Amino acid sequence: MKKNYSLNDLKPGEKAIVSSLLSTGSIRRRLLDMGLIENTVVECVGKSPAGDPAAFLVRGAVIALRSDDSQNILIRERDALWG
Amino acid sequence: MGLSYRSTGLSAVDSGLWIQKRKESDRVIALAGNPNVGKSTIFNGLTGMNQHTGNWPGKTVSCAQGYFEWEQKGYIFVDIPGTYSLLAHSAEEEVARNFICFQDPDGVVVVCDATCLERNLNLVLQIMEITGRVIVCVNLMDEAARKGLSVDLKKLEERLQVPVVGTIGQKTESRHELAKALAFFENRDAKAPLTLRYSEPVEKALAQLEPVVALAVKGKMNSRFVALRLLDPDESLFSELKAYLGEDLFNNPLIQKALWDAKETLKQAGISRTDLRDQIVSSLVTTAERYCEGVVTVQKEGGAKRDRKIDRFLTGRKTGYPVMLLLLLLIFWLTISGANLPSSLLSKGLFWIEGRLSELFYALGAPNWLHDVCVLGIYRVLSWVVSAMLPPMAIFFPLFTLLEDVGYLPRVAYNLDHAFQRCHACGKQSLSMCMGFGCNAAGVVGARIIDSPRERLIAILTNNFVPCNGRFPTIISILTMFFVAAGSGIFSTLWSALLLTGVIILGIFFTFLVSAFLSKTLLKGEASSFTLELPPYRRPQVGKIIVRSLLDRTLFVLGRAVAVAAPAGLLIWILANVSVGGDTLLSHIAAFLDPFAQLLGLDGVILIAFLLGLPANEIVLPLIIMAYLADGSLTEMESIWEMKALFVANGWTAVTAINVILFSLFHWPCSTTLITIYKETKSVKWTLLSFFLPTGIGMLCCACINGVAGFFQ
Repeated sequence: MKKNYSLNDLKPGEKAIVSSLLSTGSIRRRLLDMGLIENTVVECVGKSPAGDPAAFLVRGAVIALRSDDSQNILIRERDALWG
Repeated sequence: MGLSYRSTGLSAVDSGLWIQKRKESDRVIALAGNPNVGKSTIFNGLTGMNQHTGNWPGKTVSCAQGYFEWEQKGYIFVDIPGTYSLLAHSAEEEVARNFICFQDPDGVVVVCDATCLERNLNLVLQIMEITGRVIVCVNLMDEAARKGLSVDLKKLEERLQVPVVGTIGQKTESRHELAKALAFFENRDAKAPLTLRYSEPVEKALAQLEPVVALAVKGKMNSRFVALRLLDPDESLFSELKAYLGEDLFNNPLIQKALWDAKETLKQAGISRTDLRDQIVSSLVTTAERYCEGVVTVQKEGGAKRDRKIDRFLTGRKTGYPVMLLLLLLIFWLTISGANLPSSLLSKGLFWIEGRLSELFYALGAPNWLHDVCVLGIYRVLSWVVSAMLPPMAIFFPLFTLLEDVGYLPRVAYNLDHAFQRCHACGKQSLSMCMGFGCNAAGVVGARIIDSPRERLIAILTNNFVPCNGRFPTIISILTMFFVAAGSGIFSTLWSALLLTGVIILGIFFTFLVSAFLSKTLLKGEASSFTLELPPYRRPQVGKIIVRSLLDRTLFVLGRAVAVAAPAGLLIWILANVSVGGDTLLSHIAAFLDPFAQLLGLDGVILIAFLLGLPANEIVLPLIIMAYLADGSLTEMESIWEMKALFVANGWTAVTAINVILFSLFHWPCSTTLITIYKETKSVKWTLLSFFLPTGIGMLCCACINGVAGFFQ
């Protein structure tokens, strides 16, 4: 069975496309507001010293997300070669 | 860290906004935008005010207003907090939304960041759904150019059909461009609100609902906007709406009926409330994407590479924490070593003036008591406060502002978030903590940037654990006196800075400890989600930083200290000179407090000074000196070593010094901070807790250290 990858699986430098958002409630709204809707290209640009949170480039802005939140953002076409 | 004339001290207490028109024809303009897009810079440029600017999201947490005149027309600009969205998540976003929705401004200038225009357009579109009276100001054009982006403003203007102005925040020409565009607001009906199309079932539901809503709101608001919100109700919005319309829409029978029909339509189409929300937001995001296409073009790739490189260093696994500590140490070292000389010169100068003042009083034949009250009481405390505080503040504030301007503070929050997460708190707490270094009251207000009420309360209650600028001089002086060898060589100042950094780290450690404790007990809960924007690094405007931080912060904070120091100096002089039953009032009170104070390794006088220092921590050390001097014969104190001699003569040991430093770090917040906490939490209970929590910890620490020290003696 193919594993569902989430934004949390991205390593710095890797890009992917958002396939769906599992978060609910106000965080869902917040993430959507930041432009994290389906089909958005996201790049992981770094991790904080403790490894969590990580920073993502979304529509030209860099946003820090905790792994608890980023693992609810499913991705497809995770591809390091294009990064 | 929004420490400015209006954000520190009592002005930090946000008591709601009252629009003050100078003449009837004045137009009220809201200045909106995403966080951290340079709104405050534009606001200051237009109105000539000192709203503090800095490079991190969420700096403006309440509304400020300023006046601007252009071609004989008056405009009142209201700087509202930066928001990503009008569907409020946090207290500051609610403030912004309510202003645009319910204050009915004559126009809204939406400031956007040219370097990420697409996401910024999301807010522009949301505002345009409410009102068509919008001017889009694309700011940071220079930043975009540096990143190799070009923005086609004409094309954007054609698509949005409202004026679009490109600006570079601090430039005069930009201001004029924007001022010219304001003419658009002359006609209140120049442009109808924007209508975004949703899927067919949603449109059908809206068609059922909108006509009855239009009847109820009577043109006071955009009916399509209200209808859309009725389908996805937000409690806080509707309580405001109820007050605004004087009617609860949910109690309107016509609306109840239409709403039921509309919801039925959605249900039949299989659209849940979450689906509806997603559709509303997605439609905004895709519209923004469409509008942006071809407007922003990348001229050269890799413009943001430099930022990522800096980030790899400042937030790297190996470098992140050490760099943070070194920067803290460096700032303290520069402050301490730079302040030494001016402090002693200032103190010499002020004491020289004291001598001349005395001569003047004698020459005028003023009575002795008057001389003593004015010169030995009020003036002496004032000069202590000024000479001890002015030089360190004049160095510390600009340095801190520099870090802020460059964009380092959000990286601190990013680095420390993991630790806060472990404490079930929010990483943005580091931002309010940083503000606390300048002024705890400002830090408490700054906690508004935290979404979750529980985590915000934790940030408010623990803000006092970092020492504010009023406490730095006390801590630095005592550290230097008792733990640094005499001399002013590079090693002794470096050692002072190291010790001070240690004290600050202790404060931060307790911030974590208490946050975790509160999360497990009174404010039980899991860490909520966390999103934080890491803005691009910006070249700081050094000249401006120095002027602003000197005028704005340093002089203001000093002014406040002086205002409190004068009456406190008077009071302590009276206490020290009015005798009852052979002893002065001061010694009576000191004797009364002494047994308890001794338990803490302090003495009665020190405790009195802390109590009298409630209005401002700056005066604690001067009060201690005053009180000791009142009985002794020492009259002049030109160096810190004479001060030490005075303390030692009054029974101080290294243990006393440690305890005074600890108690200065952990005791009740100043009265301004307490008032601010009450205003922010609207609860006596939390205000009392914010008083007793640090006090209790401080007393416990002091008593322990005193006990242990006694054991070894």
